[in-house]
Amino acid sequence: MTIARIVALIGVLTLAASPARAQISDGVVKIGVLNDQSSLYADLAGQGSVVAARMAVEDYGATAKGLKVEIVFADHQNKADVGSQLARQWYDAEKVDLILDVPNSGVALAVNQITRDKGKAFIVSSAASSDLTGKACSPNTIHWTYDTWALANGTGNAVVKTGGDTWFFITADYAFGHALERDVEAVVLKNGGKVLGKVRHPLNTQDFSSFLLQAQASKAKIIGLANAGGDTTNAIKQGAEFGIVKGGQKFAGLLVFLTDVHALGLEKAQGLTFTETFYWDLNEKTRAFAKRFAERNRGIHPTMIHAGAYAGTLHYLKAVEALKSDEGAKVIAKMKELPTDDPLFGKGTIRVDGRKIHPAYLVEVKKPAESKYPWDYYKIQATIPAEQAFRPLDQGGCELVKK
Amino acid sequence: MTILGVPTQALFGQLLIGLINGAFYALLSLGLSVIFGLLNIINFTHGAQYMMGAFVAYFLLQWAGLGYWWALLIAPVVVGITGIALERTTLKRLYHLDHLYGLLLTFGFALIIQGLFRHEYGSSGLPYSMPRELAGGQNLGFMFLPNYRAWVIVFSLAVCLTTWYVIERTRLGSYLRAATENPALVQAFGINVPRMITLTYGFGVGLAALAGVLAAPIYQVNPLMGADLIIVVFAVVVIGGLGSIMGSIVTGFALGVVEGFTKVFYPEASNTVIFVIMALVLLVRPSGLFGRAS
Repeated sequence: MTIARIVALIGVLTLAASPARAQISDGVVKIGVLNDQSSLYADLAGQGSVVAARMAVEDYGATAKGLKVEIVFADHQNKADVGSQLARQWYDAEKVDLILDVPNSGVALAVNQITRDKGKAFIVSSAASSDLTGKACSPNTIHWTYDTWALANGTGNAVVKTGGDTWFFITADYAFGHALERDVEAVVLKNGGKVLGKVRHPLNTQDFSSFLLQAQASKAKIIGLANAGGDTTNAIKQGAEFGIVKGGQKFAGLLVFLTDVHALGLEKAQGLTFTETFYWDLNEKTRAFAKRFAERNRGIHPTMIHAGAYAGTLHYLKAVEALKSDEGAKVIAKMKELPTDDPLFGKGTIRVDGRKIHPAYLVEVKKPAESKYPWDYYKIQATIPAEQAFRPLDQGGCELVKK
Repeated sequence: MTILGVPTQALFGQLLIGLINGAFYALLSLGLSVIFGLLNIINFTHGAQYMMGAFVAYFLLQWAGLGYWWALLIAPVVVGITGIALERTTLKRLYHLDHLYGLLLTFGFALIIQGLFRHEYGSSGLPYSMPRELAGGQNLGFMFLPNYRAWVIVFSLAVCLTTWYVIERTRLGSYLRAATENPALVQAFGINVPRMITLTYGFGVGLAALAGVLAAPIYQVNPLMGADLIIVVFAVVVIGGLGSIMGSIVTGFALGVVEGFTKVFYPEASNTVIFVIMALVLLVRPSGLFGRAS
């Protein structure tokens, strides 16, 4: 046997072997929904994200297409160490192929790194930090729904342009709050505004009166809430008590979800303006989804997080089917290559840095009298087109872009 | 004038806010102290019972149209009765055992109760409005004081001092204290000790529920509201001295103030400062600031 024939033989064998390698690992596509199931982010993500992922698997018709998909979920309790341990266990021992959702940027950044090390796939719907497609971007991660840059760009711009040029930040003291404050501050300064002060509070704070008093004393026109979930609702509720709005100051809820508005009630939430990338009452398709979703989620209507979990799963399954493989980096690459199209976000794309691109909406919470039916909460004030809604590709500092 | 770069006016505001938060700590730790002092049970269900108080207020408004003032009266009784049922069916079997058993049992109950409420009502909480009579506030010059907060501080101080008076200064209180020292002897004098203990537990639980009703208009009515608070309140009780009635009242208010000032000078540490103090107190005075060494 000559050297040339051996090389040829190896070549043939490798070619023959490659389709055999590119297949669904252990015959099952296993999706792990990792989020807060029990604390302040449990309603805006929580079981709702699990329901959304299940609906995506059903709507995709995975079984009919011969694809076996299994969904598991776990509670990371907003602790990066618990989240990391769960992610490792899922990837190493339980053959999970994709981790989905992961609210709390602190936990998401940890899972982002683990996913990359293990060569698996990660679709972020809840976590907000724009670093996930910036300096921490990864070939194994897609950031689907929104990020701190988009929120800053949408809400920050709108507020400064309507005269809110002096700001005081009340910020959740962890990765997400810091990123949101940083991105909004940049927008405020760029538009000629000023930041008069900031205070950082521990995650999951009950009483905001002390921070509100500091915000009041700053005399800033706008009190920017760089926090989320229960922290935001508590701050707004207590702000009303301390006469913040009556005193001429205004809240800018930088990240507010549909479930927060529901919890506050329209009486307290009316007039709040903020940025969302999805609202259940946008069109026929979103309404149909919301109806089916609410039936399975204790009547709670879908937040943009839930929509992202649904659409992300749908697109993931498309890529897996096209590739006939669930190998992490390859599926993510395929997802970036295929144009996205789903009933909730419409047509869109995924950039090389992992950023999913779609329009964002500047919404205002309705007055109680304007709300005609349950969960009728938002007026769409402006649509920010997809190409302007997210940070330009060259400004994130993502290493994947330079290549 | 400024102190450490903070205007003194702002500090007055923070002092007041601290006292208001301290009022909740005092009310909750008082209930814990009463229960521990007289039953020797470390009642970990306290946070859940506080949450139940807020929920009963919410239900009364939703289902019966009964507002805040009725809730203040009814919720402690309703939740107190559930406490009595708990004591009669389970807790009373544990009195002769180590503290640890009571702690584990009540902790288990707390998890179950919170889990059930969370399953049913979610985690973002339900809105409960301020009573109309107490809406608005006063401008004190150095701060805007919401009327409701002023009410919280006055009301809880009154409840705390009354409780202290009843236990330390009245005949009923002396029976209670005697029953903890020597139940057999007190029983021999013809006093129904088991019933007294049951009612005491019901009362302690009622105090938790009362704090829950007070909290409902300030915070969301949230299944997790007690879980977040109970750990802090336990630290307060430990610092004050387990079982000391006056100790828990004074430490409750004092730690509220300390926490308030931390929120100005180093807000990032505001949820740990109480535990740091607890560690220091345990090092220097293991039985707490007001506790008697056993």
